Amino acid sequence: MFVEFFYELRDMKIPVTIREYLMLLEALDKNVCDANVDDFYFLSRAALVKDERNFDRFDQAFGTFFRGLERRSAEFFDDAIPDSWLRAVTQRMFSEEELKKLEKLGFEELMEELQKRLEEQDKPHSGGNKWIGTGGTSPFGHSGRNPAGIRIGGEGGGGSATKVWKKREFRNLTGEVEIGTRNIKIALRRLRKFAREGAADEFDLDETISSTARNAGLLDVKMRPERRNRVKVLMFIDVGGTMDPHVKVCEELFSAAKTEFKHLEYYYFHNFLYERVWRDNRRGRSEFVPTWDVLNTYPSDYKVIFVGDATMSPYEVTEIGGSVEHWNDESGAVWFQRMIEQFPDMVWLNPESQERWPQTMSTQLIYKLIGGRMFPTTLNGLDQAMDTLRKRNATNLQSIRVH
Amino acid sequence: MKFTGTDNYVTTDDLNMAVNAAITLERPLLVKGEPGTGKTLLAIEVAQSLGMPLFEWHIKSTTKARHGLYEYDAVSRLRDSQLGEEGVGEIRNYIDKGPLWHAFECEEQAVVLIDEIDKADIEFPNDLLQELDRMEFSVYETQETIKAKQRPLMIITSNNEKELPDAFLRRCFFHYIQFPENDTMEKIVKVHFPDIKNKLLKEALDVFYSLRDVNGIKKKPSTSELLDWIKLLLVEDIDEDAIKANASKAIPQLYGALLKNEQDVQMFERLAFLSRRQG
Repeated sequence: MFVEFFYELRDMKIPVTIREYLMLLEALDKNVCDANVDDFYFLSRAALVKDERNFDRFDQAFGTFFRGLERRSAEFFDDAIPDSWLRAVTQRMFSEEELKKLEKLGFEELMEELQKRLEEQDKPHSGGNKWIGTGGTSPFGHSGRNPAGIRIGGEGGGGSATKVWKKREFRNLTGEVEIGTRNIKIALRRLRKFAREGAADEFDLDETISSTARNAGLLDVKMRPERRNRVKVLMFIDVGGTMDPHVKVCEELFSAAKTEFKHLEYYYFHNFLYERVWRDNRRGRSEFVPTWDVLNTYPSDYKVIFVGDATMSPYEVTEIGGSVEHWNDESGAVWFQRMIEQFPDMVWLNPESQERWPQTMSTQLIYKLIGGRMFPTTLNGLDQAMDTLRKRNATNLQSIRVH
Repeated sequence: MKFTGTDNYVTTDDLNMAVNAAITLERPLLVKGEPGTGKTLLAIEVAQSLGMPLFEWHIKSTTKARHGLYEYDAVSRLRDSQLGEEGVGEIRNYIDKGPLWHAFECEEQAVVLIDEIDKADIEFPNDLLQELDRMEFSVYETQETIKAKQRPLMIITSNNEKELPDAFLRRCFFHYIQFPENDTMEKIVKVHFPDIKNKLLKEALDVFYSLRDVNGIKKKPSTSELLDWIKLLLVEDIDEDAIKANASKAIPQLYGALLKNEQDVQMFERLAFLSRRQG
């Protein structure tokens, strides 16, 4: 009976599975809810949606299915009215002085004011069917006849649960995460290298047995340290300028990386690596760390991850004095080469789409400098990058063993 | 057997429905929500109101899935064998039961609280799939299988620090505790402070919600912080006019209970200073 509803949800890109659908049917079968729509709404939401970010879409699908509403046409209603659009309307409706006064109010009050103002307006705006107004058939405004309408202010829902899904309370929680932190973490996980270090607090059964045997049967308990992730990572992150559109991806990557490694040091640079980097981005690049210090501080078993779009003028890579920010006595390429020599395990993650790499000269230059170890910040790219970091390590070890 | 909230725990219809569905179908219930909205308290109140025993399992970053089942204390067994203690031959004496085992053994249906599951390793929920599904596990040391006499009600809370695996989510009912609206909040406060004056309550809630509405605040005050604050207001016997007068000119009285972040306090002082200058 609810198969259509199930497909409605799948159409809305809510990840429901047959298992969850069966769970809902089982609950109905056991009379968990009475035969009213409110209860069914609560029950189906608890059974089918497992992420509050999907609540809003669920509300829409529920409304569509149970009220027989026309699916709102995609281009216009894609995600209700964008707040920015409403704000733009507000700006047209109020004078500047009034706006200043209103700015102190929250968004909700602002909308209330807007509605009041709209009510005061001349007739033509009431009862129209196109724009914000009162009593019209437009999807916006209030007291209208369009059942899918977005209520702006108005007398409020009065707490009746029937309208819960129409209120779309969860709109703020909707957020599309293309590569979620979980996925990134799983990818970064490949880098893990376990080693025992620290306080001996784990019971070592094998060692105890052999030691006890050697002790002629007298118990000799052996402890050992717990296995810990021993991967050491240095991250260099490009900030500012052309990187601004990629900030979100970088933040996600960064937050994922932070919890995944025990030793993680990070530095910031602008566009390309020169004789100085900085540690705290918030301090406005006032406290510089000489790149030499970085090179001398960390042993070469640190794995280095550069994150940057590698999009700049080619002079910034190759020329002395090419930096856009300051005069650099040695070219970026020289510094980058030093970095490669100190840290054999190094990759560059590039948030720019891979198709555009060949068109950017600086990207090509850096790609060659790092020996092709540049990867896009997609899940596949991350996987490949981590593989590269891990495998290079393996080949290094082999060559040591051969000698 | 239906859960409908308790005298000191105010619930909403959707929360009741989720809890009752989980009880009837004997499936785990995953509860998410802002910190301080009473996620952990839910399990305690459900157990109390339905008269079911409660077993709590608080998760830390080092917790492994098997800690919830049992732990085999090999070291004390070895030591005891050296000292010739009695009962060393019986391996059962050295198996410490975890909260899940206790719950499985219970003659009546029990409530198991798995608190802050997102604190543990990212694979932790996957390691529990079998136990949650079949409500049974086997003890390697004694070769026995522990099966739940009554499938317990599992209430699992998460603070959204990590995303949980899909396979795990599919097996649960899910509820997101929304931040209470003004009238629900009034009920909640009244449950905790039945004698509070209506006017004081109204003013306090106004200040509280306006504080939450300030853009850019780092740590929004939550229900539990509001309750602390009101308690302080009552203890210090501050009257409602003082709160009101203060709210427009400066940061609220005893703000320490509401604002937990240095930057937030600073921002607030700046805002208050600006409004004083304009006013």
